Amino acid sequence: MSYQLDFSGLVPYLPQFAAGLWTTIELTVISTLGGLLLGTLCAQGRISKDAWLRRSCSCYIEIIRNTPFIVQLFFIFFGLPALGIKLSAWQAGMLAMIINLGAYSAEIIRAGIDAAPKGQWEAGQTLGLTRRQVFWHIILLPAYQRVYPALVSQCIIVMLGSAVVSQISVEELTFSANFVQSRSFLSFESYMVAALVYLLLAILMRQTFALIKRFAFKNPSL
Amino acid sequence: MSLVSLDQVHKYYGENHVLKGVDLKVEAGEVVSIIGRSGSGKSTLLRCMNGLEEYQKGAVIVDNQSVENDDYKLRLLSRSVGMVFQNFNLFPHMTVGENVMLATKLVMKKSSADSEILAKELLEKVGLADKFSAYPGNLSGGQQQRVAIARSLAMSPKVLLCDEITSALDPELVGEVLKVLEKLKQEGMTLILVTHEMNFARDVGDRVVFMNQGRVWETGQSDEVFSNPQTEELQSFLAAVR
Amino acid sequence: MVQFTDWDILKNLLLAARWTILLSLLAFAGGGLFGLILTLLRSMRSKIITRIIQTYVEIFQGIPLLMQLFLTFFGLSLIGIEVDAWSAAVISLTLFSSAFFHDIWRGCIEALPKGQWEACRTLGLTYLQTMRYVIVPQAMRMSIAPTVGFSVQIVKGTALASVIGFVELTKAGTMINNAVFQPFKVFAMVAVLYFLICFPLSVLARHLEKKNHVAR
Repeated sequence: MSYQLDFSGLVPYLPQFAAGLWTTIELTVISTLGGLLLGTLCAQGRISKDAWLRRSCSCYIEIIRNTPFIVQLFFIFFGLPALGIKLSAWQAGMLAMIINLGAYSAEIIRAGIDAAPKGQWEAGQTLGLTRRQVFWHIILLPAYQRVYPALVSQCIIVMLGSAVVSQISVEELTFSANFVQSRSFLSFESYMVAALVYLLLAILMRQTFALIKRFAFKNPSL
Repeated sequence: MSLVSLDQVHKYYGENHVLKGVDLKVEAGEVVSIIGRSGSGKSTLLRCMNGLEEYQKGAVIVDNQSVENDDYKLRLLSRSVGMVFQNFNLFPHMTVGENVMLATKLVMKKSSADSEILAKELLEKVGLADKFSAYPGNLSGGQQQRVAIARSLAMSPKVLLCDEITSALDPELVGEVLKVLEKLKQEGMTLILVTHEMNFARDVGDRVVFMNQGRVWETGQSDEVFSNPQTEELQSFLAAVR
Repeated sequence: MVQFTDWDILKNLLLAARWTILLSLLAFAGGGLFGLILTLLRSMRSKIITRIIQTYVEIFQGIPLLMQLFLTFFGLSLIGIEVDAWSAAVISLTLFSSAFFHDIWRGCIEALPKGQWEACRTLGLTYLQTMRYVIVPQAMRMSIAPTVGFSVQIVKGTALASVIGFVELTKAGTMINNAVFQPFKVFAMVAVLYFLICFPLSVLARHLEKKNHVAR
C-alpha cells in the first residue's frame, strides 16, 4: 500500500484528454441523432404493411441486439473492406454506434407506438390522413414521450459504449487515456480521470435530455 | 369510554391543512357512515384511525390504545382495527384461503389447522366457501372484496374500517358486498365506512358524519340527517348525489 | 505458415466460446449474489446505506464497462494484488452486473402497488414478514423476465474482457484473424456464435415478459 496516487503527473497531458473528450462528444452527438433517426424509421418499418420490410427490420434489430458492440465494430472496420467498403477508423466507429443505437432505439420506440390507443390511428384515418401521416403527425410524438426515459438511458449506454471504438484507434477519450498511461506510466490515474469524465458526461447528457423534454413535450401528462 | 374517539385531530400534507380539528366518537356496535365531497378529508380521517396516516395534532384512541406512529403499537392495534380498501389489496400470489390465513398464522400465531377452520368459517359467512383454493385474479370484483372482508375479520377486530369499498365495483356487484356488511351489523360489529352509497348509509347506518373542508360539518342519526339536513352545504351535497 | 480450414477456425472459436460462457455464468452468479445483498441492505431502509448504494449504482452505470475493466486490472495491481486478466474480468463483470441486478430488482419491489404494503400493515405483519410473504414473492415473479434479459447484456459484456487480453470468443476471433487474414469470415462467425448464445435468452426473456403481462 505504499503507492501514492499522482494526479499532478497528468497535467502535461491535459491537451490529449481534451482532444479525446472532443472526439467522444462528436461521436456521441452525431450517433445519437443518426441512431434515433434510424431507430424511428426502423420502428415504422416494423409496423409496415410490407411483410418483407417488417422482417428485414426485425432481423436487423435482433442481430444487433444479440451480438457484442465490439464484434460489430470489428466486423465493420476489418470485415467490410473485403466487400470493397473501406472506412476510416472514425467513420467505422461512427457507423457502428449509429447502427447499434438504431436497433435498440427502434425496439424502444416500437414499444411506445404499440402503447398508442387504437383510437388514435382510427381518428387520424377518419380525418383522411394516410397511414404514414398518422404515424408522423399523431402517433410518433406521444410514443417518444411514453418511452423517453428508456431512450435517454439507451443514448447514454451508447455514449459509454464509445469507449470501445478506441480499439480500432479512434482517438477518443479512452484512446487518450491509453496513450497517456503508456507515456506517463500513471495507468490508474489516467483511467480514473477518464472514468470521471465519462461519469460527468453521463450526468450532463441526462440533464440535456431533461431540458429537451421540456421543450419537446408541451403536454406534460399523457 | 367510546370504542373510537378522535379529539381535535389536525393533519397537514405539507402546507395543505387536510383535517382541521376533527372530533368524533363511535360506540361499540355502531355503524357510522362518513360522507362528503372528494377532497373533504374523509378517507384521510379513516386512515388516521389505524395509523396509515400520521396526524400532527390531537389524539386518536381506539379500543383504549392511542394511535401513534410506532410500528410496534400499530401492530398491536391491528388486532382491534380491521380495514377494507377500495381496491381490495388482496395478495395476488396467494389463494383466497392463504390470503385469509396469512395474518392468523403470522400475527395471531394460530396453528395451520385452526387457521384453516377459521378461514373456511369466514369464507362461508361471506358466501365464498367454494373459493378457498381459487386465486384472487379469477374472482369478480365483488367476490374479491368479500374475500378482503373475510381477511380482515380473521383478526377478529372490534371495528372494521371500510374505505369506499364499493367504489371500484361494477354496479351489479355492489349489492353482494353491502349484504355482507348488513350481516356484520346484525352480529354487532362496529363499522365505520367512507361511502358513496347513500341508500345504505340511510337504511343500514346508525349515524352519518358529513365532512366538509376538513371538518365534521354536520352529524346526526341517519334518517334525520337525510330527511332534514341542517346546513346549506349538506343540502347541496345531498341534492347533487341524489 | 499453418493452413486453417473453415472447420479449424470454427473449432477454435467454439473452444474459446466455452470461456465466454463460463465467464458469463460466473458474472451472472457473482453479480446476482452481490446484487441480492445490495437489495437486502437497501431494504433495511437506512438513509445512509441507501445513499451509498445509489452512488454505487450510478458509478457503475455511468462509467464504460471497458473503463471498469481497466481500473480493476490496473487498480488492483496498484494496491499490491497482482491479478491476471481472468480474475480482473470476473471481478469487474461481477461488480458491473451487481449494480444492474440491484437496480432491476429494486425496481420490481417498488413497482408493487402501495396497497400491498398497507394491507399488510393493517393486518399487523412486521416489516420482515411483509417482505418475506407478500413483497418478495411477487417481486421475484416480476423480476424473472428482466433478469434473463440482462443476462444477454452480461454475455455481450464478456467480449470486452478480450481488450485486457483474456482469450474468450472475441479475442480468439482477433487472434485467428491475425493468422488467416479473413476478417469478414472470422468476425461473421464470431458474431454468429454470440447470436446463438444470446438470441435464445432474448426470446426466453420476451416470452416470460408476455406471460407476466397476461398474468396481471
